[in-house]
Amino acid sequence: MAIESPAVSLAPRFSFRLDAFPLLPTLILTSIGLIALLAGALAPYDPEIGSLAARFRPPAWQAGGSVEHLLGTDHLGRDVLSRLIFGARVSVVVGFTAVVVAGAIGTLLGIISGYLGGWVDQVIMRITDTWLALPALTFAIFLTAIVGPSEMNIVIILAAVYWTRYARVIRGEVLSLKEREFVRLAVVAGCSKWTIMRRHILPNVLNSAVVLGTLMLGVVIVTEAALSFLGVGVPPPKPAWGLMLADGKKGMMVGYWWLTVLPGLCIMLMVLSANLLGDWLRVKLDPQLRQL
Amino acid sequence: MAAAPLLKIENLSTHYVSARGTRVVRAVDGVSLSIGARETLGIVGESGSGKSTLALSVLRLLPPSAQIASGRMLFEGEDLLQKSEAEMRRLRGRRIAMILQDPMASLNPLFTVGDQVAEPIRVHERAKRRTAWRRAFDLLSAVRIASPATRLLQFPHEMSGGMRQRIVGAIGISCEPRLLIADEPTTSLDLTIQAQYLNLLRELQQAHGLALIFITHNLGIVAKMCDQLAVMYAGQVVEAGPVRQIFDSPAHPYTQALLNSIPRLSDNRRRLSAIDGQPPDLGLMPAGCAFAPRCSQVRERCRSTPPPEVAVGDRRQAKCWLLAADAGDKFTRGAA
Amino acid sequence: MTNYILRRLGYSFVSLLLLSLTIFLFVRVTGDPTTLLVEPGAPQADVDAIRERFGLDQPIWVQYGTFLSSLVTGDFGNSFYYRTPVLDLYLSRLPNSLLLALAAMVFSLLIGIPSGILAAVRVGGFWDSAGKLFSLLGLSLPSFWVGLLLILVFSVSLGWLPSSGSGTLWHLLMPAFALGWYFAAAHMRLTRSSMLEVLGSEYIKLARLKGLPESLVIAKHAFKNALIPVLTLAGINLVIMINVAVVVETVFAWPGIGRLLYEGITFRDFPVVQAVVLLGGAMIVLVNLLIDILYALIDPRIRLER
Repeated sequence: MAIESPAVSLAPRFSFRLDAFPLLPTLILTSIGLIALLAGALAPYDPEIGSLAARFRPPAWQAGGSVEHLLGTDHLGRDVLSRLIFGARVSVVVGFTAVVVAGAIGTLLGIISGYLGGWVDQVIMRITDTWLALPALTFAIFLTAIVGPSEMNIVIILAAVYWTRYARVIRGEVLSLKEREFVRLAVVAGCSKWTIMRRHILPNVLNSAVVLGTLMLGVVIVTEAALSFLGVGVPPPKPAWGLMLADGKKGMMVGYWWLTVLPGLCIMLMVLSANLLGDWLRVKLDPQLRQL
Repeated sequence: MAAAPLLKIENLSTHYVSARGTRVVRAVDGVSLSIGARETLGIVGESGSGKSTLALSVLRLLPPSAQIASGRMLFEGEDLLQKSEAEMRRLRGRRIAMILQDPMASLNPLFTVGDQVAEPIRVHERAKRRTAWRRAFDLLSAVRIASPATRLLQFPHEMSGGMRQRIVGAIGISCEPRLLIADEPTTSLDLTIQAQYLNLLRELQQAHGLALIFITHNLGIVAKMCDQLAVMYAGQVVEAGPVRQIFDSPAHPYTQALLNSIPRLSDNRRRLSAIDGQPPDLGLMPAGCAFAPRCSQVRERCRSTPPPEVAVGDRRQAKCWLLAADAGDKFTRGAA
Repeated sequence: MTNYILRRLGYSFVSLLLLSLTIFLFVRVTGDPTTLLVEPGAPQADVDAIRERFGLDQPIWVQYGTFLSSLVTGDFGNSFYYRTPVLDLYLSRLPNSLLLALAAMVFSLLIGIPSGILAAVRVGGFWDSAGKLFSLLGLSLPSFWVGLLLILVFSVSLGWLPSSGSGTLWHLLMPAFALGWYFAAAHMRLTRSSMLEVLGSEYIKLARLKGLPESLVIAKHAFKNALIPVLTLAGINLVIMINVAVVVETVFAWPGIGRLLYEGITFRDFPVVQAVVLLGGAMIVLVNLLIDILYALIDPRIRLER
């Protein structure tokens, strides 16, 4: 006689299947990447040149809009769609580069700090803790005030602000890796410290570094957008989504909504996709990272 | 056992199902037991033998991944599996109570002892705060805690382990249950405290007329405390009956091995005898007898077909082919 | 316990020192101190005076000494734009940021805690999935965009709420929501995981064994225990909120220190920028110290340590 106790029901539950491959986010990210790559070919207009006669045109589906400017124009008559497309390039380039550079520095220092221990570890960790105490955005703004904004500088600044997140996590991993059999064997076999770090430790922390990278991508992009919004990001007239939001604020007060909603939507899509992909990777690649 | 048993479990099976439904662990596999009022039943087995799951099944407090697959549980004549959740809640703590193993973890660190002892009284008997606290005071005295008035206002971390376990005991009997299930209550106590605690439980049982189910892996406690014994292995009861008889002449090879492995001073063997092998993976049970891979007296039939339950004497059962009528071997006495 | 507190104090002290050193080095080494520390467009006499005052010709450790001593005396320089001591400016704006952060915190806890509890109690169910979605959105929607959208809807379209400035409760609503949004998701996540952990504990099992109704088990036994880590995080987050409110304050023209920072970079008022960063970092170090000390006083394990 089969009985079901009320506390238990094996009926399927409504939930996000975390092990399903995030197809949509990956597609979105790849599309954004492709758009960034082929911006020149895809954009109908030059994003930096506008016609004052065509200012504040609404998107094509609204009254007053036209198919000439599918997503409307901004306060200088520049085509919004083209600016969004080229803005993708900025986000992708800056975001991706910053994440990679931060990751490289952070991973390297994390490995060194974790493996060598001693005063090297102390020094690096103290620096890391200090930098972590500074809120990222404030720190980034401070640095732009010092070195001045340019695309290259922004990448460096973002890398400088975010490498500490990697260092912390990677160091933790290395500390536990150090105790593992294969590392000890290598030590016993007489490998030099650098060899061990390169051949045994590094490949094993790459997983975490990649996962952290995808998760950081979202954060970096939002920070870059914030910097652009405040006017200390990538300098105009180069289109960045954050900058478009700042410009859009002027028109927003009189109801030109597309200048605010559309760039933000792009940011959101990119960050959301990066986060979903990162979450999936985290669960898939390394269950130990669940506490990230 | 003339009167109807207080609790009668018939052929109970509880399964844990993995998240994707691919793996089924038969934690409790066709268990039948009974206990009468004022009796003490010991359930003995290794870790993973299903003892705790059995207890939680009786109270229907299994985790979401577990499910009672079949069987009946008759408490005072009523099938517990037919009861609604609300009815079960009225039973828990009131008619059937349970004591857990780790007293530090069982008590909520943020609430006073008095609050936690008085709580079931207030909930089940709708007692007013003052009445409940007075009862709590009496209960603490009953479990031999000195200066109960002060203790009522203290927090769990301010007490020793032994004292905490007594408080858990007090909570258990607070609403005068008929049946108390104690799941390894002395395992986390110091040896010196264990004996005191066992004595306390026995006193409480006699004073309140409780039936007591004692879950443990310690045969010594069973010998001291219990009238009846059920030996569990891999989710099944392999032998059950009066304690004295089983200890004198264990019928099932597993029971024999268990009793054998207790070192005795009169022993002049050099090595401790342990049971070879590991307990089986409950998700991948072999065909045939669960104990066959480790049994020193195993036969062909044991490996292929699960053994039937055979009556041994007038109040004992065991699940073993060696005891079956057509076994061809006489029923062997356990090694001394 | 005193040992522990002393150690913590020492640690914080070192952190503060390192913080000041980091900022100092960045300015002196990577930037050009003369351009930064001098008001743009100042006559040569002023430039020389500044050079004299900050000892820019001196060796670096002497400069650092001067820097540190001025910090300790509360001298953060004068604002180019406002021509008042920066510290005064900062302190006058701080209460506004505090107010905004408090409002945002209230909002984030009001949304975060109940939804976290609901998600944990109904784990795997609809509310849990809704919670996960909410958490994802909280991470992915930049706070300033949320603010802009709010203005678009409530000020421009509906005309219900004022879009900028401060002074009344109505002014506070939207900025608090925008700022608190991200943290609501963070608090929800933490409440959920904390609650799940508590629900799996032995004393909850015992509470159920006592036959207590589930609502009592959750509301009384689980709730208080689950809330402890959340409130700790909330304390730290309050200070973080004050410091990351830059963009929200800019969007809503809210007169706090975030807005001050924005003014600093827009008007190239470097002393202001430097001060905001320094004081922001110091605030976080100090609040971490406070929380650790608080824990030392409460947690008996630390209390009983030599």
